[in-house]
Amino acid sequence: MGTKIVSKTFLNPNKTVFEMVVEAPLVAKKAKGGNFVILRIDETGERIPLTVADYDKEKGTITMVIMAVGKSTTQISKLEPGDEILDFIGPLGNKAHIKKFEHPVVFVGGGVGIAPCYPQAKEMKEEGNHVIAILSARTKNLLFWEDKFREFCDEVFITTDDGSLGMKGFGVDKLKQLMLEKPLSQVIAIGPMIMMKFVALLTNGKKDLPLIPTIVSLNTLMVDGTGMCGGCRFQTMHGETKFACVDGPDVDGHDVDFDNLLKRNTRFVRVEKIRLEKYNEECRAINKFCEEKEIEG
Amino acid sequence: MPKVEIIKERTPMPHQDAKIRAHNFEEVALGFTEEMALAEAKRCMQCKNRACVKGCPVEVAIPEFIALILEKDYRGALKKIKETNVLPAICGRVCPQETQCEQYCTLGKIKDSKPVGIGRLERFVADWDLVNPEEISPEDAYCEDVDDDRLKVAIIGGGPAGLTCAGELANLGYSVTIFEAFHKTGGVLVYGIPEFRLPKDIVKKEIDKLKECGVKIEVNSVIGQILDIEDLRKMGFKAFFIGVGAGLPVFLKIPGTELNGVLSANEYLTRVNLMKAYDPEYDTMVDQGKNVAVFGGGNVAMDSARTALRLGAEKVMIIYRRSEKEIPARREEYEHAVEEGVEFHFLRNPTKIIGDDEGFVKAIEVLKMELGEPDASGRRRPIAQPRTEYIIDVDLCIMAIGAKANPLLTKKTKNLKLNKWDYIEVNEKGQSVSIPDVFAGGDIVTGSATVISAMGAGKKAAASIHEYLLNIY
Repeated sequence: MGTKIVSKTFLNPNKTVFEMVVEAPLVAKKAKGGNFVILRIDETGERIPLTVADYDKEKGTITMVIMAVGKSTTQISKLEPGDEILDFIGPLGNKAHIKKFEHPVVFVGGGVGIAPCYPQAKEMKEEGNHVIAILSARTKNLLFWEDKFREFCDEVFITTDDGSLGMKGFGVDKLKQLMLEKPLSQVIAIGPMIMMKFVALLTNGKKDLPLIPTIVSLNTLMVDGTGMCGGCRFQTMHGETKFACVDGPDVDGHDVDFDNLLKRNTRFVRVEKIRLEKYNEECRAINKFCEEKEIEG
Repeated sequence: MPKVEIIKERTPMPHQDAKIRAHNFEEVALGFTEEMALAEAKRCMQCKNRACVKGCPVEVAIPEFIALILEKDYRGALKKIKETNVLPAICGRVCPQETQCEQYCTLGKIKDSKPVGIGRLERFVADWDLVNPEEISPEDAYCEDVDDDRLKVAIIGGGPAGLTCAGELANLGYSVTIFEAFHKTGGVLVYGIPEFRLPKDIVKKEIDKLKECGVKIEVNSVIGQILDIEDLRKMGFKAFFIGVGAGLPVFLKIPGTELNGVLSANEYLTRVNLMKAYDPEYDTMVDQGKNVAVFGGGNVAMDSARTALRLGAEKVMIIYRRSEKEIPARREEYEHAVEEGVEFHFLRNPTKIIGDDEGFVKAIEVLKMELGEPDASGRRRPIAQPRTEYIIDVDLCIMAIGAKANPLLTKKTKNLKLNKWDYIEVNEKGQSVSIPDVFAGGDIVTGSATVISAMGAGKKAAASIHEYLLNIY
């Protein structure tokens, strides 16, 4: 018995980013911001780790926001409500460390990384924090959930690389402005590895700016997600080897060797590209076949 | 009394040809035919001291099942084995018989004579049963009882220890549920040991037999995350067996382990075995290496090296810091690896992994070693020979040097006493020294060991759980 898809909503006109809600009552009961899940679409599928973007304990659902970049994520994007995912494992990893801080807590969400900020930001608000959200994307069409954040955040800022919405620039630019304006207690950055690297560099206290404790969420490659494979390992600045799945995924951003992680994330890039092309070709062939059948029939 | 005929030579096990098998994932050892099994069974002297049985961690009634083979009562032989061993098709393949039952075989003590091929006979009987399954009469078939008032026991981890414990407890009449973290049950039997040594179909059939005995299995359930032991208590489970295995892979503390193309044997084997990365129909990817270096000298190192050959590597080297005599791998696995073309670089220790500009492995640096005096393990200690470093070109490095305790469940279970290496502390009954309804066995207690020793621990814990529950309920 698989895990049922409750809903699927595309978040951009190109239909590459989508929100998927699945029925997983036991996982929902335990899930918190910071946790991740692993899913496997079907028997021949790979195990795909995804950070929890929302949970509803009453309805027993888990929400994920996924960008179709490779073969497997493209394949999930084609599933519909009512379809089942063969395997769904979670909640994995550690939950976010939520507590009341003296000064504001700032979330920097980049691209699909906006989504996993959401449950953590909500939990931080419930704890009584002043919560600021900086939501950033390449362009207007890739920015989502602004309204959801506005519902409870004290301040919400939007940045786009091309200036099509909000401030023109990166999330890190907005963060710098805020750091100059007022004291901040905590930064949580979730997004592309390169974005998290620059946020950590900004807040490490080594420039003229104050040191602000910074948490980043590592989305490294992994197989089991339970500490067994070591594929998700990363180096700390002290040369220690840690595992994102059991030591994270949320870790101290100032202690991560991002340059190494950026290289590690290229491990399968070449193979993945070939595989995606092959899959898309197969899909086109199937579609063409179906269309021809329809014309005939 | 008739004089016992001594047949010194063992019936050879037929194998797939080394040159062919090095390129496929089909089973290496093909198994005995009936004629071979009868010939081998005839070698057993049925001696009175039954030394072989004492060498078996689960005390299989070896002379008895061999006698039944001679009578061609294979069903009877299987039942005899199953009295103490719920997974015979697996044990017949992966047990290190040469250091267990077969080491004590009386026939093997006679000059120039080899012990009875006990493992091969066990495998023959189990495989015979898989091809000739017993018809279960409707009365005997297990049926899901709606008003199940049997005592509930939770088994955490579906590897050899958990499966054995579950089988034993189900036979004793308990309602048993296995909670497995992966999507497939079997633990190291499915993620670790390769298809060519233990076909996954065999594992599945053995597990199906446990299900027929009423064992329930919940896959995708990482206990400590989705549910913890306290939750399970509330769900009505009265006793717990933890058999979650060793877990966290160890990486050498040398420069370069963070490079792409350096991976743990756990990851390499899991991608290939559990996720079937060798099959183009499956989506999971695995790093392809032309020149592969495997660090370590155990069975896992042999499995990794032989897997790399099968995935198309041109050159596969095992780098081991001691000599051939000290390798911890089974002799048979070592010989198979040699036959298939794995190169062994003994008395070599890697000192550095060298990467290219993009962060991928391109070479390793190794240092020559010499053997000194025996160390705590009783093996001669390797001593580095200064200034003997040299470079070997490789594009894939697999670390098969062991594992540490996995903290996932143990750290989240309140009051569970761990030893200084974070393994669970148990008494001689396999019972946690700090929580009376928690029992444990296998690698999470002993650190990395063998399938059969985990099974032995699972079996012992089952007896202890039975005793514990009888005292309370």
